Amino acid sequence: MYKIVRKQELNPTVTLMEIEAPLIARKAEPGQFIIFRAKEDSERVPLTIADFDREKGTVTIIFQIVGGATMELNTLNEGDCLHDFVGPLGKASETDGLKKVAVVGGGVGCAIAFPIAKKLHNLGCEVHSIVGFRNKDLVILEDDFKAVSDKLCMMTDDGSYGTKGLVTNALEQLIQEGNAYDEVIAIGPVIMMKFVAQLTKKYNIKTIVSMNPIMIDGTGMCGGCRLTVGGETKFACVDGPDFDGHLVDFDEAMHRGTMYRDFETHAREASCNLLNKEVR
Amino acid sequence: MAIKRNMDPKKCPMPVQDPMVRRNNFDEVALGYTYEMAVNEAKRCLNCKNKPCTTGCPVQIDIPAFIERVANEDMEGAYQIIARSSSLPAVCGRVCPQEKQCESKCVRGIKGEAVGIGRLERFVADWHRENCKEAPAVPASNGHKVAIIGAGPSGLTAAGDLAKLGYKVTVYEALHLAGGVLVYGIPEFRLPKMIVQKEIDNLKAIGVDIETNMVIGKILTIDELFDMGNEAIYIGSGAGLPRFMNIPGESLKGVYSANEYLTRINLMKAYKPGSKTPIKHSKRVAVVGGGNVAMDAARSAKRMGAEEVYIVYRRGMEELPARKEEVEHAEEEGIIFKTLTNPVEVLGNEAGEVCGMRCVEMELGEPDASGRRRPIVKEGSEFVLDVDTMIMSIGTSPNPLIRSTTPGLETNSRGCIVTDGENGLTTREGVYAGGDAVTGAATVILAMGAGKAAAKAIDEYIQNK
Repeated sequence: MYKIVRKQELNPTVTLMEIEAPLIARKAEPGQFIIFRAKEDSERVPLTIADFDREKGTVTIIFQIVGGATMELNTLNEGDCLHDFVGPLGKASETDGLKKVAVVGGGVGCAIAFPIAKKLHNLGCEVHSIVGFRNKDLVILEDDFKAVSDKLCMMTDDGSYGTKGLVTNALEQLIQEGNAYDEVIAIGPVIMMKFVAQLTKKYNIKTIVSMNPIMIDGTGMCGGCRLTVGGETKFACVDGPDFDGHLVDFDEAMHRGTMYRDFETHAREASCNLLNKEVR
Repeated sequence: MAIKRNMDPKKCPMPVQDPMVRRNNFDEVALGYTYEMAVNEAKRCLNCKNKPCTTGCPVQIDIPAFIERVANEDMEGAYQIIARSSSLPAVCGRVCPQEKQCESKCVRGIKGEAVGIGRLERFVADWHRENCKEAPAVPASNGHKVAIIGAGPSGLTAAGDLAKLGYKVTVYEALHLAGGVLVYGIPEFRLPKMIVQKEIDNLKAIGVDIETNMVIGKILTIDELFDMGNEAIYIGSGAGLPRFMNIPGESLKGVYSANEYLTRINLMKAYKPGSKTPIKHSKRVAVVGGGNVAMDAARSAKRMGAEEVYIVYRRGMEELPARKEEVEHAEEEGIIFKTLTNPVEVLGNEAGEVCGMRCVEMELGEPDASGRRRPIVKEGSEFVLDVDTMIMSIGTSPNPLIRSTTPGLETNSRGCIVTDGENGLTTREGVYAGGDAVTGAATVILAMGAGKAAAKAIDEYIQNK
C-alpha cells in the first residue's frame, strides 16, 4: 500500500510526507497532482505533487492542515499507510523552449512551485524565484529554492523575514530592472495568482497559473473542477491544472472554492474534537 | 415435470416500499418477489420453442430455460443457466430496461403483459446469493494474460467471461472502488451497493484481479500494458466529462453535474450522516434532462431532504428517454415534471449561489434527425423557477485520458473510440473497446453486451494468433 516513508513538519501548519508509490513516481512530472484518501471513509482530496524520486519510487506531498481531510492525513505517521493514492493526474507543466522564467510561489503553493523551478533549473533555464509568506514562522523550502534559483526573493507580509511586501512588488521590480522573462509561473492562493496575472498582463508576459479547485474523481468524470478560461468551460483535472493566467476567471474560481465553507468549518471543528479525544 | 401454466394476463406486480416512506430513505425501492410469487410468475412463461425473448437480450441469456427451472423450483439450476451468459445477474435484474428488450419480445405480451423476466432474474440472483455459500470453481488457466481498463459493467462482464475461459485477467480501475457507474452513479435505492460488491467478489473468487487507483493513460499506457505481457486489452473506460448547456450562470455555487451530485451521494456516501464528503442540502432543486440519470438525481435530491424537486425537460412526457418505471417511481415520490420547458439562464445572488432559473416554454414542431419532434421556443413564455440548486443531466462526452495517450487509437468527432462492428476491435491490433467509451452515454446492459462480444472476439484473436 502507500506507505509514508518520511514525515516532516515544515512549519506548525504545513507537513511534508514522502509516500511509497513507485508507479506514480516513475511517471510524475512537475505540475501534476495526486488524489489521496487517508482512511477508508475519508474524502478524496487532490494535492499537487511537490517532488518525486524515480529511483526510490517515492512521491512527496506537502500540505497545509486546513480542513478535516488534511487533519486526518496529519494523524498518520512514518510507517503508516494511506488508504488511497492515485496519480499522476492532470497535465505536466510545459517547459519547452523556456530560457528565463520567474517562478512565483505563495505560502504552501511554494511546495508546488518548487518542482517546476527545479526542473527548469535542471534544463538550464535561468530561474528567478519569488516566494511569499505571511511571516517568518511560515517560511518553507527556502534552501530548496536557493539551490535551484539564479535569484531568490523572499517576501513576507509583515517584514519579519526577507523583504516586507507582496510577491507582486518583487516581481514588478525585477521586470522594471530589465529582466525579460519568457514566462511567469505563479502558484499560490487564487487571489495572489489573480494579482500576478494582472501585473504581467500590463507587461505582456505570458503567465501560467496552477489551479486547485474542488474535485472528486480527478479523471474527467464529475465536472466539479470546472473553470472558465477565455470564456470556455475547462476542467482542471484533465485540461489543467495549469492554465493561461491571462484567461482564467479568478473571481469565479474564488467563489466556487467557498462552496462548502460551512461544511468545512464544521468538519474541522468535529475533527478537532475527535482528535482531542484520541489524544486523551 | 409438466407445469400447470398460469394464464393470468397480468404479471405479478413488484412489491415496493410505500412512496411516502421511501422518499425519505435510501433503502431499495423494489423489494423483490417472494418465493411463491416467483414460482407463480414463472408459470406464466409458455416456454416457446423459438425463444423470441432471448433475441432481445444483449447477453443472450437462455431465458425460457431459466424460467422453466424457477417454475420447477430449481432455483440453483436457474442461476447456473443465467450465470452462463451474465456475470452480473443481480444487477441486470434491477437496472435493465427489460420492457424494451427481452420482455418486449415476449409472446405473452401480445394479448396481455409480458412475463416479468427481469423480476425473475433478480429473484434467482438474490436467491443464489442468500442460499448458496459454495465458492465458485476456479477455471483452469490457459496461460494467457488480458488487461481490462475500467471496472464498470462492461469491463467486469468481459473480465468474467475471459476468466471463465482460463485467462489471467487484471482489471484496472481509476477510482478507489470497483463497479464504475454501478457504484458512483446508480443510487443505493435502485441498486444496493452490497449487491454490486457481492457480484465483484464472485469475479475475484474465479481469479479476476482488480487493481483500484489505476488511471490508465496516466500511470500506465496501453503500450506498457502490452509490455507487461498482456496479449489483448479491453477498454471499458465509460462515460466522461459531463455536458453543460453553456448558458449564463452555470458556474454558480449550487450548479452540479448529475455525475458530481450522484458521485458525492453514492460513491462518497454523502447521504449518510457523518460522511466526510460535503453536499449541498437543497430546498428546491431543478434537474435538467429526462433520462434515467436525471430520474436518479431527482429522486436522490428528494431523499436528501429537498422540498420541491423538478425535472425540467425540453420535450414532452411521451419523449422522456428514461425508463417508464423510473418515471412512474419519480412521480409517485412527488417529483414535479416541468416538461416542454428549457432553462436559458441560472440566476445567482450576491454570494454567488443559485437563486433561480430563467426558463422558456417549448412546443413541439416537426421531427428532427433523431425522429423526435423538435422543441421550439414559445414566444413570450419566459418565467423564473424558484430553485436553489440545479443539476445538469444532459449527457456526457467520452473520457479523453486514453485516447490522448494511445498512438494509433482512432476516435470519432465526438471523441468516442472507433471500433470495427460488433466485436469491438479498435484501430490498434489487440485493443478492443466497448460500452460508453464507444457509444457515448448508454445503458448498463448495452455496455455488458459489448463486454461480452469483445471477450469472445479477444478469445478468438488470442487462440488464432
